[in-house]
Amino acid sequence: MKTTVAGPMVPTMARVNRVRKETHDTFTLELHPAYGQEIHHFAAGQFNMLYVFGFGEVAISISGDPTNPKPLIHTTRAVGNVTKAMAKLKTGDMIGVRGPFGSAWPVKHAEGDDVVLVAGGIGLAPLRPVIYEILANRRKYGKLILLYGTRTPSDILYRKELESWRSRLDMEVYVTVDRSSVNWQGNVGVVTTLIPKAGFDPQQTTAMICGPEIMMRYVALELQKRGVPMSSVFASMERNMKCGIGLCGHCQMGPTFICKDGPVYPYDKIRELLLKREI
Amino acid sequence: MSASESAAKSKFVLRTNQIQALIDFLRERGYRTAGPTIRDCAVIYDEINNAEQIPLGVADEQEAGFYRVKKRKEAGYFSYVVGAHSWKKFLNPPRFTLWKAKMDNGEMSLVVDEPQAVPHYAFIGVRPCEIAAIAVQDRVYLDGPYVDNLYKERRSAIAIIAVNCAHPGGTCFCVSMDTGPEAKSGFDLALTEIQETNRHLFVATTGSDLGVEIAKALKLEPATPDDIADEAATIKRAAGKMGRKIDTSHINELLQRNEDHPRWNHVGDRCLNCANCTMVCPTCFCMTVEDTTDITGKTAERSRRWDSCFTIEFSHIHGGAVRTSASARYRHWMTHKLASWQDQFGVSGCVGCGRCITWCPVGIDITEEAAAIRASSRGE
Ligand SMILES: Cc1cc2nc3c(=O)[nH]c(=O)nc-3n(C[C@H](O)[C@H](O)[C@H](O)COP(=O)(O)OP(=O)(O)OC[C@H]3O[C@@H](n4cnc5c(N)ncnc54)[C@H](O)[C@@H]3O)c2cc1C
Ligand code: SF4
Ligand code: SF4
Ligand code: FES
Repeated sequence: MKTTVAGPMVPTMARVNRVRKETHDTFTLELHPAYGQEIHHFAAGQFNMLYVFGFGEVAISISGDPTNPKPLIHTTRAVGNVTKAMAKLKTGDMIGVRGPFGSAWPVKHAEGDDVVLVAGGIGLAPLRPVIYEILANRRKYGKLILLYGTRTPSDILYRKELESWRSRLDMEVYVTVDRSSVNWQGNVGVVTTLIPKAGFDPQQTTAMICGPEIMMRYVALELQKRGVPMSSVFASMERNMKCGIGLCGHCQMGPTFICKDGPVYPYDKIRELLLKREI
Repeated sequence: MSASESAAKSKFVLRTNQIQALIDFLRERGYRTAGPTIRDCAVIYDEINNAEQIPLGVADEQEAGFYRVKKRKEAGYFSYVVGAHSWKKFLNPPRFTLWKAKMDNGEMSLVVDEPQAVPHYAFIGVRPCEIAAIAVQDRVYLDGPYVDNLYKERRSAIAIIAVNCAHPGGTCFCVSMDTGPEAKSGFDLALTEIQETNRHLFVATTGSDLGVEIAKALKLEPATPDDIADEAATIKRAAGKMGRKIDTSHINELLQRNEDHPRWNHVGDRCLNCANCTMVCPTCFCMTVEDTTDITGKTAERSRRWDSCFTIEFSHIHGGAVRTSASARYRHWMTHKLASWQDQFGVSGCVGCGRCITWCPVGIDITEEAAAIRASSRGE
């Protein structure tokens, strides 16, 4: 018998088609597979492992449109070794892609409901595919509400798109910042303060949350106070990931593997784990 | 019943002077033979091709944080139990290149190396708990949504010559974990060493077609009712000599319910986070990846290597590690082994081999820690 290279651990090569600077530390890459390979269909909420030559590989959510997956779109915040190297890529440069991996947002399940999306910081990137998908099938849903919080006004992602979403009559967008700046006239405060502003039917709502763990806990609590059953709340989790396919053990959170059981979980499933220290 | 199964479980006698013939048969079949041998005053697993490399006349002494091998006149071929090595090093090598890529004028492509032959190993002297450990790793690597090809290729090529335990060690608790001291399945041939004054032989149980072929090729005589009775008595004696025990009833709920038990701090204060327990554990599967580039910066290599949940980097995310305290890391490991593994893979992650107890430099004992938590468990 001969050794084949370990299949799902081997990346597909892709080329950077376009780089868009979103904020001072975030950027969006549009990728096209090189060498005539296919882009796999993905579901909103799934992620890819992106490999930067010589630096390493990181988990990044797909932030493009699932109904139109070409090109492949990723929005990344440069925080460390690999993501800072990724930030230096230019049009025409190459990158390795493995995926898509993980569970999806309950976009189908939400049909007929009001949909409340709550994002903190870079957490808007994994939720953007949900917005695209719902807007493409807008009639199947009740209200579509986005509540978005960032640290400062200059950290707001997808500014132009937010403005165009906000100007639609069939979508509500609320943005808040933790710390204001001179020319900011919007809301100041944590994202939970936006929840009372939004009008939705708690009994007929699907909520999807993505952001830091502590933020997700408070958001879930606030939604619960509004009467949203916890079985209708979903959250996307994050842990160190080395494989993305359930084999390296790094992404464990209690009994679950975030790469294969998550990253998107029904809130019921992880609620207790979120209360445990260093789990 | 398949032909292979009906052929299974026939009992023969293998003479001590036939061990070499067994090795030779396996080697002629194209297997690389690996088994216990002595190095640096310890029993380790390595390639062996000579029966004399098996440590005849050696026994071991194991306790928490303590390991010694001793020459003993009355000792047989397999009068010791498991050492720091386990078979996982053959099935999932500690370090392995996943792929290489090159960057040429901005073009990145995979470098396809000559495929390497996958070694076919015949493992000689696999203990019942180790067969159980391989079955546990099978679930991890082969049953998930993604199959680990590296493991699969090696795993599907092995032969297993099991050895039932006659002399359990001071840290063994396979009886509690229901994995030993007798191998019930998962082997090609299982040997039980019978040793009395003037009588030294192995009762050999066939477990597969290969086992039957071995019996034929070596012209093994059928075991007599006396031999079979002696085998049963040997195994029964062994079962009564376990060095450790653990109460596994509702242990999954017990540990997951007691995540804030003060005992975790107690053990966290003693644990050195050296990761020994995870390296020696035959079921621990965690790995990490490493990226290197050559001196020109044009060729990059990605490899995987064994990793341990005891390192701080293991749970690193932007903003810091998730499990910063030693107690959280020990809790994660032990809860995984004895509890959450059941949720993940439908089986315990601990097979009761005792390695983590023996090789812990400060003698932390998983059975003692579990008992301490049970003794003052929170709630019901
Ligand atoms: C499912 C999932 C989806 C994600 N989606 C996005 C996204 O859309 N956009 C985005 O900007 N970030 C996303 N992240 C976070 C991103 O993976 C980390 O920011 C990135 O791994 C940091 O790597 P680094 O080498 O730049 O940082 P370093 O701090 O130098 O990290 C070193 C190593 O630690 C690990 N690591 C560090 N931080 C994280 C982290 N937060 N999560 C997982 N592993 C980490 C990685 O394995 C990395 O190789 C996602 C994480 C997960 C788990
Ligand atoms: S946890 Fe300890 S006793 Fe259990 S299988 Fe691993 S090394 Fe052996
Ligand atoms: S339990 Fe013992 S062997 Fe394991 S990491 Fe702690 S000190 Fe090392
Ligand atoms: S990322 Fe490797 S197991 Fe989940």
